[in-house]
Amino acid sequence: MLGQLITSGIAIGATYALMALAMVIIYKTSEVLNFAQGDMAMLSAFVAYMCLSTYGLGFAMSFTLALAFAFALGAFLEFAFLRRAKEPNVLGLIIITLGLEMMLYGLASWRWGSDQKDFPFPVSDFDVYQLGGDVVISQLNLVTLGVACALMILLFVFFRYTKVGVAMKATQQNQQAARLMGIRVGRIMMLTWGMSSVVGACAAFLIASTDTLDPNLMWTPQLKGFSAAVLGGMTSLVGAVLGGFILGVVENLFGGYVSVEFKAVVAFAVIVLILCVKPSGLFAKHYVRKV
Amino acid sequence: MLQVKNIETLYGLVMALRGVSLELPENKITAILGSNGAGKSTLCKTIMGMLDDQPDKGTIWLDETRIDKKDTEDIVNLGLAYVPEGREVFEELTVLENLQMGAYTRKTSQAKDDLKRVYELFPRLKERQKQLAGHLSGGEQQMLAIGRALMMRPRIMLLDEPSLGLSPLLVKEIFGTIQRVNAEYGTTMLLVEQNAAMALKNCHYGYVMENGRFVLAGTPEELMADEDVREFYLGIRSEVSVKGYQRYKRKKRWR
Repeated sequence: MLGQLITSGIAIGATYALMALAMVIIYKTSEVLNFAQGDMAMLSAFVAYMCLSTYGLGFAMSFTLALAFAFALGAFLEFAFLRRAKEPNVLGLIIITLGLEMMLYGLASWRWGSDQKDFPFPVSDFDVYQLGGDVVISQLNLVTLGVACALMILLFVFFRYTKVGVAMKATQQNQQAARLMGIRVGRIMMLTWGMSSVVGACAAFLIASTDTLDPNLMWTPQLKGFSAAVLGGMTSLVGAVLGGFILGVVENLFGGYVSVEFKAVVAFAVIVLILCVKPSGLFAKHYVRKV
Repeated sequence: MLQVKNIETLYGLVMALRGVSLELPENKITAILGSNGAGKSTLCKTIMGMLDDQPDKGTIWLDETRIDKKDTEDIVNLGLAYVPEGREVFEELTVLENLQMGAYTRKTSQAKDDLKRVYELFPRLKERQKQLAGHLSGGEQQMLAIGRALMMRPRIMLLDEPSLGLSPLLVKEIFGTIQRVNAEYGTTMLLVEQNAAMALKNCHYGYVMENGRFVLAGTPEELMADEDVREFYLGIRSEVSVKGYQRYKRKKRWR
């Protein structure tokens, strides 16, 4: 029982980890919490669904198109709304993202309706592998785990070794100075939003395939992703992923041993607890300014 | 070269620059002296396009191109580099990453030579290239800020108070490097300084700024001979009483 709870916890945690990654990418460059993250991802999942069911395209084609859409959507929202903010402060920008969230939600409900749809996916949740003992893991869970880890490694390499990745970090630390280096801050922001949106869309595809697709799809995962990001320290990619896994496991153990009904509360209890005990998060390597 | 024509810059309703004109001679170091709040940094920031919708009046030209109203990024691409006051290095990036950011607009292969060049000028940075910039000492951060600007291989460098908060020995070292860069690479420089003695020793031409205007200009020799500069900027008193205090307060002639 314990082994199984932990295994499925890790599997669920992988989707939280992806959502947390998406949030952390934007937070890292602009210190803005993007509350539209979930609904951007939901909309991308709907685009994938439309390609698959309405136009009957193949999986590879549909997902590629939907990811391209996700990138364009993220970049567009940054360009069209956040950049227009006059003398923005962080709180104002966060409120803008809340507004975007509602807009996207409305858009999806209007276009596709709020009834639940079956999201076709090439990997099944019902083919399971034995992991020794009576612990099983489904194919879908394995894919989710793989995608989360692959994206994390990709992003880590991107931020550490590429010029654009380093420029993103530089932009977050000191926008003025970044401009003075000739870094086009606007483009960097667009790119950030695009990337984050793609990561979120990956999460949405995986979540939609276990669940059904409707405009409320990403509401809970987004909040879980948010608490995972807080748990990991908001700025650390590795922290976000580990935070996602920890949250998934803790939640599952709570559901298994204490109460399934109150399972949803765990994520929020975690936020409160972390903010009380260690507000900088478990894994954040926060640079300490010398006085 | 860079030409500033009669610019006025406003901070809200406060006029920080009241009609400043300036021309940088090529391959030379030009210094601007002035006390706090004279408008020296504002001038630099206006040139770099860092203040929105400024200059309010006047124009700035680089050769035949008009550069006021352009974005900072574009101005940087035209070959202007600005070493901001208070260094402003990327504290959470390593020294090497900071330098790479300086070469952001350039090809990686070209940047390699420049990196060597910067390390040769500042051997200390090479020793610390893996450290976070925020963990460097003030002097090293200033070196990093200058090195980072050099990575752009600028035609014109604006240096805003490179001596701020450094020990006299380090100030000497930094100015030595500035001289060397100017001599070896022919970089045109605009040096903004409060440390008048040091600036006058290291420039080819100087301006004195007060209340958003240039009040005096000349070669360093001329400026050093000027009574007002001697008294108010270099602290050399012209008349001291026997008891050791000044007998009367000198008025500045340019007011």
